[in-house]
Amino acid sequence: MNDSLRLLHAEWTKFRTVRGWVVALTAAALVTVSLGLLSASGDHASCDRDGRPADCPPPAVGPDGEQVDDKFFFVHRRLTGDGSITARLTSMTGRIRKPDVVPRVRNEIAGVVPWAKAGVMIKASMTQGSAYAAVLMTGEHGVRMQHDFLHDVAGRPGGVSERSPRWLRLVRSGDTLTGYESADGTRWTRISTATLSGLPATVEAGLFATSPGDLTVTPADLGGHIAAARFTEATGEFDQVALAGTLSGGWRDDEVGAQYLNGQVHHPGRSARSGETFSVTGVGDIAPAVEGMTVERPLSGVLMGLLLVIVVAVMFGTAEYRHGLIRTTLLAGPRRGRALTAKAVALGLVTFAVALPAIAITVTAGGQILRANGNAVLPVPVLTQMRVVAGVAAVLALTAVLALALGVLLRRSVAAVLTTVLVVLVPHMLATTSVLPEAAGQWLLRLTPAAGFAVRQSIPEYPHVLWHYTPIAGFYPLPPWGGLAVLAGYTVLALGLAIHRLRGRDA
Amino acid sequence: MRSTIEVKGLRKRFGRTVALDGMSFTVEPGEVTGFVGPNGAGKSTTMRVILGLDAPDEGSALVGGVPYRTLRRPLTHVGALLDAAALQPGRTARNHLLWLAHSQGLDGRRVDEVLDQVGLRSAARRRAGGFSLGMRQRLGIAAALLGDPPVLMLDEPANGLDPQGIVWMRGLLRSLAGEGRALLVSSHLMSELEDSADHLVVVGNGRVIADTSVTDLIAAASGGRCTVRTTASPAAVSALGRAGATVTVADAGTLVVSGLPAERIVAVLTADAVPFSEVAAHRATLEEAYLALTSEAVEYR
Repeated sequence: MNDSLRLLHAEWTKFRTVRGWVVALTAAALVTVSLGLLSASGDHASCDRDGRPADCPPPAVGPDGEQVDDKFFFVHRRLTGDGSITARLTSMTGRIRKPDVVPRVRNEIAGVVPWAKAGVMIKASMTQGSAYAAVLMTGEHGVRMQHDFLHDVAGRPGGVSERSPRWLRLVRSGDTLTGYESADGTRWTRISTATLSGLPATVEAGLFATSPGDLTVTPADLGGHIAAARFTEATGEFDQVALAGTLSGGWRDDEVGAQYLNGQVHHPGRSARSGETFSVTGVGDIAPAVEGMTVERPLSGVLMGLLLVIVVAVMFGTAEYRHGLIRTTLLAGPRRGRALTAKAVALGLVTFAVALPAIAITVTAGGQILRANGNAVLPVPVLTQMRVVAGVAAVLALTAVLALALGVLLRRSVAAVLTTVLVVLVPHMLATTSVLPEAAGQWLLRLTPAAGFAVRQSIPEYPHVLWHYTPIAGFYPLPPWGGLAVLAGYTVLALGLAIHRLRGRDA
Repeated sequence: MRSTIEVKGLRKRFGRTVALDGMSFTVEPGEVTGFVGPNGAGKSTTMRVILGLDAPDEGSALVGGVPYRTLRRPLTHVGALLDAAALQPGRTARNHLLWLAHSQGLDGRRVDEVLDQVGLRSAARRRAGGFSLGMRQRLGIAAALLGDPPVLMLDEPANGLDPQGIVWMRGLLRSLAGEGRALLVSSHLMSELEDSADHLVVVGNGRVIADTSVTDLIAAASGGRCTVRTTASPAAVSALGRAGATVTVADAGTLVVSGLPAERIVAVLTADAVPFSEVAAHRATLEEAYLALTSEAVEYR
């Protein structure tokens, strides 16, 4: 066994032989689990059916397992085997509901929201969440090719009008769908190619329109913001519509994902046809869901657990000085960098080992409680869930090491605990409550060790979905591993300074 | 590796205070070397420098020929007792030794052996925070013995020990030296070392005042003086003076004579028919020898 492993063994023995530390660390795990499960059991959801509460219908799920919005108006024909659909879009207009100025009088204005969509689509079936590919025009993001909710490729930017129409084409060849666009119907530019594995032989091909809610963010009276999404609709005018391939049946109009209110479709779309011109109007969105309960929701108790972890970690460091043990420690391991590194690694491993099962239980059992209470939890891949669990355990372990390093640097327990709380917990609390301006909160979550909490975010921020992506809503400014790397950087820096100070001084 | 401690020309200042001022000495194996001097003479600082805890401004300190910081499993080379109070109060005595043992790749069996050796077996599973000073001292000695090291350094090991404990400590030191180990044992009380040290390094003001065997030191401090008890002091003074001795009157019936060996004193007094009851060669105590040596050092502080 080499030097470092022996010292690691010794530090582990040191830790486990002080009962207070073991008790406090166990308490940290129990607090994390119990607060998490308690908060999960407080969340109930139910839906109204015919005036009576009932279980909510299961949300639509896309081909990759994620929860999706899949609501649009579809004018389509049945296409079997290879083929294509081509259409010329000559106009895209819409209506947006704004806050009522006169009570009970709808205040609607003409306008198209940035991610309103109108274009051509090939979809596996009329079932919500089924595979699709589409070439479409948007309100403000030009032409795009999108498929299966998550994937978005930009085509030519700009708008659409009768003078500068946009030609859109989607070609199916086996599982491969290729999107093209053109300004004149003659010279075509390929946008992208999508592979929809398992696409059935017979699919629906047609014209569609949809329009997500108009997102408005207004400052709230007591700090923070109120985000509201109001009804909008979008209308695409198409002509020169051409379907190639083996077609069956005639044109059909369908509301995909229709929602019913009092027996009627709520905010229905519509279509009109005059000669060769199609007008399609839709309400809704075709996009991954970003709003809802997340797998990390039950992890609210982690902050309390972390507070206990910080106290134990600081004590583990300052005890060396309070009792003069540091000299004994350095006699046993005279190479000081190794001695302190062994201490840090031992503490980090112990914390991780205790936190990992606690967080795994909280997320799994918490998720079950949420679902049992009728809540829909946004599904995420197993790997993402594992990243959330291991990542949050790593946040606790890294924070413990940071606290230890500060304890060794400051040699005062109270000062070290307060400093750690100030740099890790306080920025996170400020950024995830309505205390600070949003931008300030986001900078805190980029620049301070609190950036590490980004690792708990399970639903990503989608560039092609407009949403109020804020820390309060669970969206962090840095990517998960990037945020964790910031915390790790601070931890390594503090440990380096502590080692430097330990080396440079008489013990 | 030869079991020695070699200290050469150590100098160290703490601010404006000179703690070590050219400290040099060597500790040989098979001997107990007493490290004596008044408080503040630099004993603890020297020990900390030897153990790599403090860095000297100048000079070197080697253990078995190498600096302490380069040792692998250092506690198997050098055992040290510096501050017996340096304990986590909530940890048991056995667990305190256990983490130390683990740091050196040793296991619980060795811990139980040293606990037996220092007589702490029955208190092994008690929290060290409740230990008396004497028990802490024994625990500190157990820690020093843990790695079965050929070199031992004990700072004031007799602190807080009861008389029984002091006797035990003397026996332990003698037997450890008898096994060929090199021992450096510091004390500010010379009397504590009277029956255990073979060699003395006497320090004051951060340097060595005397580096000598205990036998030589006592002989030198005795200075060939004799004590004479007589009821006829004036006659004795004049007779011995004529014979070339220097005589001082210690009290009414006691003279301290130097310059003549005891048998000549007896001859002179007998020849002049001066009555006397006792002529004794004066043997200085270690304490006196030490005080004689250090008084100068103390004066110049």
